[in-house]
Amino acid sequence: MTAVLLDCRQLTVRFGGLAALNKLSIQVGSGEILGLIGPNGSGKTTFFNALTGLYRLDEGRVVFAGRDITGFRPQAVHACGIARTFQRSRLCLTLSVFDNLMIGNHRRLSLGFAFNLLRRKRFAAQLGQEVERASTLLSGFHRDLPARLFEPAAALGMIDRRRVEVCRALIGEPKLLLLDEPSAGMTHDETHELMDDILAARARLPGLSIVLIEHEMGVIERITDRCAVLNFGEKICEGAYEEVVADRRVQEAYLGVE
Amino acid sequence: MNAASQSASPWLGMLALLFVAMFAFAFLRAEQQWQVAALAAVGTIGLLLMGRSNMRRIESSWAAHQSSMQWTAIVLSAIVIFLFREDHFALLMIATVMLFSVACLGLNVQFGYAGVVNFAGAAFLGIGGYTAAMLTARPGIPHGFVILVAGLLAGLIGSLLILPLLRTRGHYAALITIAFAILFRTFLEVSDTFGGPQGLKVSGLRIFGWSFNDNIETPWGGEYSFYLNYVILSFLLLGVAVMLVRRLEYSWLGLSLDAVRIDETAASVFGFDVARWKIVAFTLGNALAGVAGAVYAMMTGFVAPANFTLAESLILVSIVILGGVGNPIGILPAAALVLILPEKLQAIQEYRYLLFSLFVILVLLFRPEGLLPRRMRVYAPRWRSP
Repeated sequence: MTAVLLDCRQLTVRFGGLAALNKLSIQVGSGEILGLIGPNGSGKTTFFNALTGLYRLDEGRVVFAGRDITGFRPQAVHACGIARTFQRSRLCLTLSVFDNLMIGNHRRLSLGFAFNLLRRKRFAAQLGQEVERASTLLSGFHRDLPARLFEPAAALGMIDRRRVEVCRALIGEPKLLLLDEPSAGMTHDETHELMDDILAARARLPGLSIVLIEHEMGVIERITDRCAVLNFGEKICEGAYEEVVADRRVQEAYLGVE
Repeated sequence: MNAASQSASPWLGMLALLFVAMFAFAFLRAEQQWQVAALAAVGTIGLLLMGRSNMRRIESSWAAHQSSMQWTAIVLSAIVIFLFREDHFALLMIATVMLFSVACLGLNVQFGYAGVVNFAGAAFLGIGGYTAAMLTARPGIPHGFVILVAGLLAGLIGSLLILPLLRTRGHYAALITIAFAILFRTFLEVSDTFGGPQGLKVSGLRIFGWSFNDNIETPWGGEYSFYLNYVILSFLLLGVAVMLVRRLEYSWLGLSLDAVRIDETAASVFGFDVARWKIVAFTLGNALAGVAGAVYAMMTGFVAPANFTLAESLILVSIVILGGVGNPIGILPAAALVLILPEKLQAIQEYRYLLFSLFVILVLLFRPEGLLPRRMRVYAPRWRSP
């Protein structure tokens, strides 16, 4: 593994008596794609929520890019360079595709009152630049998408919504991208297409690390460098795809063993 | 320009504005009860006959030619106002509608953009009104300054309410504002400083030696109603408020408020400071209500707790819902409907709360986004997809 970007040590999140995460330690290297697998309720999404500050950690430390970010609020975590997508699409459907992207780009926008309300020429200039940036990013995913920049997100099909969601996370130029089951609700072919897009995006951004939650083992095999398997909030196995699927505990917990 | 903005002819929008202006004129002029009732019927039937698709065409004509529509609206309003230059009652109605529209624009920023409910709108009007009453009683304070202070104070007192509001959501937040509305009225009724149930007198507005409460004498010997002063001031205030709210909507600020309203969790994950944006919207909205309240109090000459009840707050909310939540343009016709109809049609005066509740229920059932629904934000017309 190259330089460690994210170092999680002994993360524990309890809901009442239940430990949703139990002393979970995970490391992600710079530029690495880590697959996160495990049965439903094994703590994968909880891990994302704890990492992004939505849940409070009961124990453990999170060090990101050399900085202790344990207990940071969601806004602060995002400012450090961690962006995510959600398992159930959380695009703002009534807003345009552009507005959705700008939500991910929030940190770069000028938010002063004078700038927004009085300096309309300068605002228009910044707006033009951002339209340009958004179009460029979208065209890397699908060449038809920039033309739909000012359509409501609700007008897009499932796969395009997912693309926009990934773009919304990428436009803020994060160091770490957390993808929570991007294939959910899509057909096999669509999943395949989206994964091609994600790989292509990473090829353009070599420093980007990705943690991917995924149920389809084909996807995991194809795009991850390494996998971690969770069960009942604990990491039961970690390693390259082949090692992991060969592991006896993983087969019992997840893949099904007679 | 793309195909969409070319196909929307400016004449359609202008014609619609002309009809609205003529209707407003006829309605304000009508004196016999049967005339008012007939006009109300004609208006309702006309809207129903027009249907949704024509309405949408008019709206896209307005959206495609914003600046010429603005000027048309300004000129037409000026003509209507001028025609009523000697009519106290009509001018009072016009000014009231415009001032309440300013307050509703404030509610629209809170509820329509940031999603912060406020059932205490009238209380913030009242804070503005009482500020005007207290400060104008002391000579030497310029009245322009009084109006400013009224806005600031309403914003400031609103920030006391924001703390419990930030810790609650949905129904609970609504309950907090309802409680505040009731507290406000009760406090005024028992407070001697604020005149108790009888309220306080407010002196008329005077700016740079120009007394707003004297009739205007024209050089050619005629006399215009003093309410014309207030109408012009309210018109300017409304213009500034509409511009402010529009610019807010079409900027990163409006986008941030939308993001916070639609999905707080996602917004926080993308770096939005949710609390900050709610505070911004709430304070700005209350300040607008405070300014409107101060001018309204100076115009009517008195403030009393009975003017700032929960029922009045509900009237404000129903204006926003009828007009179209999030659409500043819908507020003006909705305010006109809600405020003028009961004054003109005395038969419904007693039943107006009943009637408006019915209106709101019907709108929520059949046109949940209001009479003029909010359009998706497109920053410049040339980006509107065909």
